[in-house]
Amino acid sequence: MAENTVTLAHGAGGKQTSELISKVFKAHFSNPEFTADDAAVLNIPQDRIAFTTDGFIVSPFEFNGGNIGKLSICGTVNDLSCMGAKPMYMTCAFVIEEGFPMDKLEEIAAAMEKTAKEAGVKIVAGDTKVAGKGQVDKVFITTTGIGCIMDNAHTSGTYAKPGDAVIVTGDVGRHGCTILLARDEYGIDADVDSDCAPLWGTVESLYTVTDDIHVIRDATRGGVGTVLYEIAEQSKVGIRLNAADIPVDPAVKGVCGMLGLEPLYLACEGRLVIFAPQDKAQAIVDKLHEGKYSKNAAIIGTVTEDNVGRVVMETEIGAQTLLPQPGGELLPRIC
Amino acid sequence: MNEKIKAARDIITNYSGRPLRIMEVCGTHTHEIFKIGLRKLLPENVELISGPGCPVCVTPVGFIDEACWLALEKGCVITTFGDLIRVPGTEMSLAGARAKGAQVRPVYSPMDAVEMARQNPDEQIVFLAVGFETTTPSACLAAETAKKEGLENFSLLTANKTMPNAYAALEGSADAFLYPGHVNAITGTGICEELKAKGVSGVVAGFTASELLTAMAVILKNAESGEPFFVNCYPRVVKAEGNPAAQKLVAKVMEPCDSEWRGLGVIPMSGMKLKDEYAEYDARKKYAMPKITGKPNPACRCGDVLQGKCKPSDCKVFGRGCTPEHPVGACMVSDEGACSAYYQYGME
Repeated sequence: MAENTVTLAHGAGGKQTSELISKVFKAHFSNPEFTADDAAVLNIPQDRIAFTTDGFIVSPFEFNGGNIGKLSICGTVNDLSCMGAKPMYMTCAFVIEEGFPMDKLEEIAAAMEKTAKEAGVKIVAGDTKVAGKGQVDKVFITTTGIGCIMDNAHTSGTYAKPGDAVIVTGDVGRHGCTILLARDEYGIDADVDSDCAPLWGTVESLYTVTDDIHVIRDATRGGVGTVLYEIAEQSKVGIRLNAADIPVDPAVKGVCGMLGLEPLYLACEGRLVIFAPQDKAQAIVDKLHEGKYSKNAAIIGTVTEDNVGRVVMETEIGAQTLLPQPGGELLPRIC
Repeated sequence: MNEKIKAARDIITNYSGRPLRIMEVCGTHTHEIFKIGLRKLLPENVELISGPGCPVCVTPVGFIDEACWLALEKGCVITTFGDLIRVPGTEMSLAGARAKGAQVRPVYSPMDAVEMARQNPDEQIVFLAVGFETTTPSACLAAETAKKEGLENFSLLTANKTMPNAYAALEGSADAFLYPGHVNAITGTGICEELKAKGVSGVVAGFTASELLTAMAVILKNAESGEPFFVNCYPRVVKAEGNPAAQKLVAKVMEPCDSEWRGLGVIPMSGMKLKDEYAEYDARKKYAMPKITGKPNPACRCGDVLQGKCKPSDCKVFGRGCTPEHPVGACMVSDEGACSAYYQYGME
């Protein structure tokens, strides 16, 4: 039994640590740049790079549509992508609870490699620590990534302009809803899977339509609604949404209805919010509809000069209301 | 916008009859009405008032004090719907009691509390039974189950309320009521017919945008004549006879009693308590609780808000000392509370 679980010895830096690294990590992260030295040596082809890091503590670590491994790659890949940066290299650091099943660790590593490959990013260095039973909950991962920013990409949360169209690349709230159901605290069953996906390809496709893209954000914790309030604040503009245009999976809508939740505030892990000039919006959405992870992309609203810092919703009965501001932590450990 | 919504919208926006005050008496209605922006469509002479329909909001300060007493003096584990944890008591909320070492755990149903009692025989589990006809049957089921299984470590602190006598107490507050569909699904529509006979008008409303808009249009249409009216606008769920199985269970386990409502004071026979046969599951009897009377914060006007005497924004502490993060009054705590809805949806 002990052989099939991670033990404190695996984290002690000796023979068993080497075994763990070669059996699990090297076996999966197979690329020539995966370092055996203290640090990876990289060739960076451009002068503008994006650099980011993110920690993952999602509970449960496996869920419909992914696991913490896939999530840990998507999170960092998507953060880089939102800056118009092609993800190049990543590192990952694991904190594993003593007794964690080895086969599950392999599944996590395999999901990481598969996702990294899809995103075109190389995992070049890693670290493993093992914590005693109860000192950490199963497995935590931190990933760090570097990407090269495309010459034609200039996006920032401060660039939204009155008249811009607001686009989402797919239906909202799936990841948050999936995690909520996976915890089984509400006794609700529904067929929902996480939208967790690496979005570099999606971002790249935008730039085949136009360079004139003002803001790209991935809607993670806090969902699309939180992103919209952030952008309204940063760009000093108002945002008007049309409730009927916001794509929501019927099952997600059902769960939210039962629990009194707003899908716009549930986390996504594979959705971008894009601000671009109105005259480019339809072409962008048409392009997005061709993509694997953006088939349900939609224009959900516009940027306004008035209502600065606010998100106003045109409701299904044709009245305008304020989208309530995000409250406190809706669900802890969502990613 | 579909045809049905458009037709109802036209009736509402074109209303030119006498001035009307309409009261919704269901917290979920309050929330949905804000969410869809229904108030924004109403003509100037139609006012929509939020009545005492949010279970958390009508629960008096003294009830929170009783729960804190059980937790801190008797060491009971308090189980409750989450919203209640942040409602201020005289000296502290249950969250405050928790900071002093009390055990307070949110549950999603009274049966979860029963399960907790089964799993933890060394702990005394108390469930805070609040709410209207909709939630009372599940509290009764919990008491009934505990009695059947002989669970000795489970009891209820009851503050269950019933609507009929509250309508009487609210007489004169409104020209028509938007009756709470989920309550009528249990009780049936007999009470609404009786109120009509006494000259009180209203419609039973559902909860979708289309259902709420339709119900509002039906009120405005019927109000023109000036005659009392009643229409069931939620027939897919609400039947005239209600839910007899739930009614039977409640009648077996509980009986009416006088009950204190925040802002409305004690309304005779407007509450439910456990019958004597279930005394060992009644936390007040089980722990020989002394009489505890709460003192609400004098600055808070939740009581007036619940009676439609003032708007949340008329209260001096609204949005200043009292916000959803730091509520002074109960109506700011729950998403279904009028103050919370006013605050979140930016109504001044």
